[in-house]
Amino acid sequence: MSAATHHTATTDPGEDTIAAIATPPGAGGIGIVRISGPLAAAILTRLFRPRHPRKTLASHRLYYGWIADPSSGLPLDEVLAVHMHAPHTYTREDVVEIHCHGSYLVLQKILGLVLAEGARPAQAGEFTKRAFLNGRIDLTRAEAVLELLEARTTAALHLATAQLQGRLFQEVSEIRAALLTVRAILEVAIDFPEDDVEILDATALREKLASEVRVPLAGLLAGADRGKILRQGVAAVILGRPNVGKSSLLNTLLREERALVTPVPGTTRDTIEEYIDIKGMPVRIVDTAGIRETRETVEEMGIKRARAKLAEADLVLLLLDASEPLTAEDRQLYASIREQNPATPLLLVLNKMDIAAGLDITSYASAFGAEKLVCISARSGEGIDTLEDAIFELVTGRSDLQEPAVACAPNLRHQAALGKALTACLQAEEGFLHGLPADLVAVDLQAILDHLADIIGETTTDDILDLIFSQFCIGK
Amino acid sequence: MVFCGTITMQSNDDEYDVLVIGGGHAGCEAALAAARMGCRTLVAVINVDTIGAMSCNPAIGGLAKGHLVKEIDALGGEMAKNIDATAIQFRRLNTSKGPAVWSSRAQADRLLYRLRMKSVLEGQQNLEIRQTVVDRILLENGRVAGVLTSLAETIRVKAVVIATGTFLNGLIHIGLTNFPAGRMGDPPSTKLAQWLRETGFAMGRMKTGTPARLDGRTIDFAALDTQHGDRPPHYFSFASDQGLAPAQPQLPCHITYTNARTHEIIKENIDRSPMFTGVIEGIGARYCPSIEDKVMRFADKERHQIFLEPEGTNTVEIYPNGVSTSLPLDVQVAMLRSIRGLERVCLVRPGYAIEYDYVDPLELLPSLETKRVGGLFFAGQINGTSGYEEAAAQGLIAGINAVKCLRQEETVVLDRSQAYTGVLIDDLVTLGTREPYRLFTSRAEYRLLLREDNADLRLRDIGYRLGLVEPGAYAAFQEKRTAIEQLLQQLEKTVLKPNAAVNDRLAALAATPMQQPLTLAELLRRPEITLADLGPLAGIDLHYSPAVGHEVQLRIKYQGYIDRQNEQVARFKRLEGADLPAAMEYKGLAGLSNEVVEKLSRVRPRTLGQASRISGVTPAAISALQIHLKKANLL
Repeated sequence: MSAATHHTATTDPGEDTIAAIATPPGAGGIGIVRISGPLAAAILTRLFRPRHPRKTLASHRLYYGWIADPSSGLPLDEVLAVHMHAPHTYTREDVVEIHCHGSYLVLQKILGLVLAEGARPAQAGEFTKRAFLNGRIDLTRAEAVLELLEARTTAALHLATAQLQGRLFQEVSEIRAALLTVRAILEVAIDFPEDDVEILDATALREKLASEVRVPLAGLLAGADRGKILRQGVAAVILGRPNVGKSSLLNTLLREERALVTPVPGTTRDTIEEYIDIKGMPVRIVDTAGIRETRETVEEMGIKRARAKLAEADLVLLLLDASEPLTAEDRQLYASIREQNPATPLLLVLNKMDIAAGLDITSYASAFGAEKLVCISARSGEGIDTLEDAIFELVTGRSDLQEPAVACAPNLRHQAALGKALTACLQAEEGFLHGLPADLVAVDLQAILDHLADIIGETTTDDILDLIFSQFCIGK
Repeated sequence: MVFCGTITMQSNDDEYDVLVIGGGHAGCEAALAAARMGCRTLVAVINVDTIGAMSCNPAIGGLAKGHLVKEIDALGGEMAKNIDATAIQFRRLNTSKGPAVWSSRAQADRLLYRLRMKSVLEGQQNLEIRQTVVDRILLENGRVAGVLTSLAETIRVKAVVIATGTFLNGLIHIGLTNFPAGRMGDPPSTKLAQWLRETGFAMGRMKTGTPARLDGRTIDFAALDTQHGDRPPHYFSFASDQGLAPAQPQLPCHITYTNARTHEIIKENIDRSPMFTGVIEGIGARYCPSIEDKVMRFADKERHQIFLEPEGTNTVEIYPNGVSTSLPLDVQVAMLRSIRGLERVCLVRPGYAIEYDYVDPLELLPSLETKRVGGLFFAGQINGTSGYEEAAAQGLIAGINAVKCLRQEETVVLDRSQAYTGVLIDDLVTLGTREPYRLFTSRAEYRLLLREDNADLRLRDIGYRLGLVEPGAYAAFQEKRTAIEQLLQQLEKTVLKPNAAVNDRLAALAATPMQQPLTLAELLRRPEITLADLGPLAGIDLHYSPAVGHEVQLRIKYQGYIDRQNEQVARFKRLEGADLPAAMEYKGLAGLSNEVVEKLSRVRPRTLGQASRISGVTPAAISALQIHLKKANLL
């Protein structure tokens, strides 16, 4: 059987073939064009000239050769190509990948040839959507692929992998099983009133609901909060009067020159945001223009933004200059931060320790009370590790976020469904407590089941699907 | 004589629109519905004297079954009226639970029930009854054209409803003795079963059973607990005047229990049970086990409850509910005599088990027409169900749709959020059944909305449009509906201001005093306040009938739950509203496994919602179908 005519029972000839550039935009060492669908093999046969001509390409094996334009016969690029036979592929359809040089132009041209042969451009997330529709992965696992792609840190990656392995599915299934038991007991009492079965023990049912449904649900929700930290990270805003070294600190944390650093006050005209990985937790560092009263209109805009950023800060780093005495400006700045964000964790970061002389730490205690203080030198890198530890502890309340971190962290969609399930669970418990009729309590139990079914995709609707899959970047 | 293929035209007397085979609970409703809708209808029964017979327990209603009876009544069926006129005890079950699962049940005078039903059929215009045995259905172009009887009569008909109960290849077992019978005393129907097999219907074998009937004169009732009915009774039919005294004298039931000795006798003789020796192959219902089943399977249970139910006012026969058995007669006697109150009991009729053929209900469309033969409908036990009420509900729907079918009008299919009848039929035609199917309230997802009390609000309009509900009854219903709306509005609009007098009256009801003005509806939401309290509290006269008051109070008190249930229905309707084309080709559709294709092709669901309920059809497959429908612009 030749690759071109290879069809399997699970591949539907009526279904169209999709193709996309699977690697990120911009020049890279290699780029990949991925094709999925019944025409994949035929398209490859038309475009690919293996170095050693052969009748068939073995499944899941890379072949070296050239991609050529079939109309002109002109070679386009030197590539490695692979044909993966359905159903053991990402989408469970026939899948072809062409690994070419990473030039955007080359990739575009190859994709153009593929489309000319009958494929159509894939929509965002469509490859994964097909994997889901073809029954290879459930909804939580489909989402995990997205998380995997977006993971910024090791911890986030662990989470995505756990979810990909069906961890969330398993936990939700266990809750459902407990729920079904409670439901069954209730239903027996309702449907067999004349059989002398044991009287319904509402207290026992409520306790079972609490321990086997509510507590695990709340646990998953707590995991969602921590998962959010791991996924989206926390926002740390660096504040300080001009020229205390805010941009230098950012660059030191990033360990690269990104923000423009000059000794002229107010050079950083806009906020700059970068992610750093602190012990597996992504921290979004926001560098701001110095907040102070000013008439410079360009800078005013920056200051406005700084105030806005402060509003969404999970953590404030107030930078002070150790080489100079505390100024009124420092004190005012502190006062205005605390006015706007009285409860946000704050770290006093004493910079320029390398050139500080005759420093009197006690003066800081009198000015800032019990705020935590870390001494660093952004320029020499001194104290940066201590700063990172302090940031981590302040945000997570613990010193380490490696194992056993969160095993399972639901995403926003899960979180919404879990929240609704939890509410319904509390209502059901309330119902048991107040001796409400069993058929009323059953309505709440059914609601929990429905919301849990939403999470694992048992009652999925188009809307949920579209929402989820539109978040996927093309070709993944 | 050969009748294959061609049909000899007989006289006009032998031409009907609808022919119903069987005169049990399904057959009677089917025949009455078809005749009342104006079709010339014939009921063919093996024994005319058994029309409307209660072959097992002398009772109508019970959990979920009471709901069905109310629905049958709302749609214009006969069962509710028949039991109201012939009941010797009315009881509402489950009153300690919520009103959604309150269920009506009544003991019938077995003889009167059957006689009244027969006379209703006899008095029905367009309806004829004939004692005859139908051997086969005659087809033209794959559609029903007539039937052939055992006396070689050919009757031309446009539609046939088969409602043969346990008669298809019926085989009665008492101990290790067995003999062919449709029920005790009547011959089985074997040729028709053979025709169904030959025609290709997927068939199976089921088993059901019934206890011995006892001579009441030999029972020591004084030694037993007595259970009386409700006074005043709650009638089944929406048309029955709830204020009237029962038509029949009312009788109590008695309660007794099996004991260790009873269980011993059964265990000692289990080798003489056709069930436990493998003589019976049919599958029985897990929820309706014989006494030997209960004793063997639940060995640690010390006793089993038995209700001694009177069979009527003019008979000494007593029905011992809870001890259905197929043990040999001598064991039945010994076992029963070990029970308190039955020490000297004599048996009038033995208990027995009966095996019979049923057709896999996956052969049916939701209209109850078979997929295989146009114009052929099945109702009742032939579809694998058990219970008079389940049978009657199917009979009614089959009768209605037989008429719709021959008039080429859209069939009546009730959905799961509309009626227990809808739940029942959807379960059958979507999931099939391997054991006798009985309805439970837990089979209904939207139980709170499917109450006995609102069956008329759910279904009366449909029954009226079909011509099954008489104008007078419909007018009364419309009045009730208006009265409900008016009372609801009045309670929502009337505001009560707090003052000393009102708070004193509240204190008398052990209710907390009011701090701010509240509507009467808001007050009624308090658990400690009932509708009856509102008038005196507000110092106004509220006028409403008990039925209207019940409905209004329930809607206001449980509004939060009803709203939540309505949200669940809205979710359900999203998939239910997506029709799947009847001629849909599943093979070759992307994203469907071979197993799913096979199941979808077999069931041929009408909607995406129905497809999602087929076991083994995955959520992913439903998504794939959704996408296909969208692509084909069908959604």
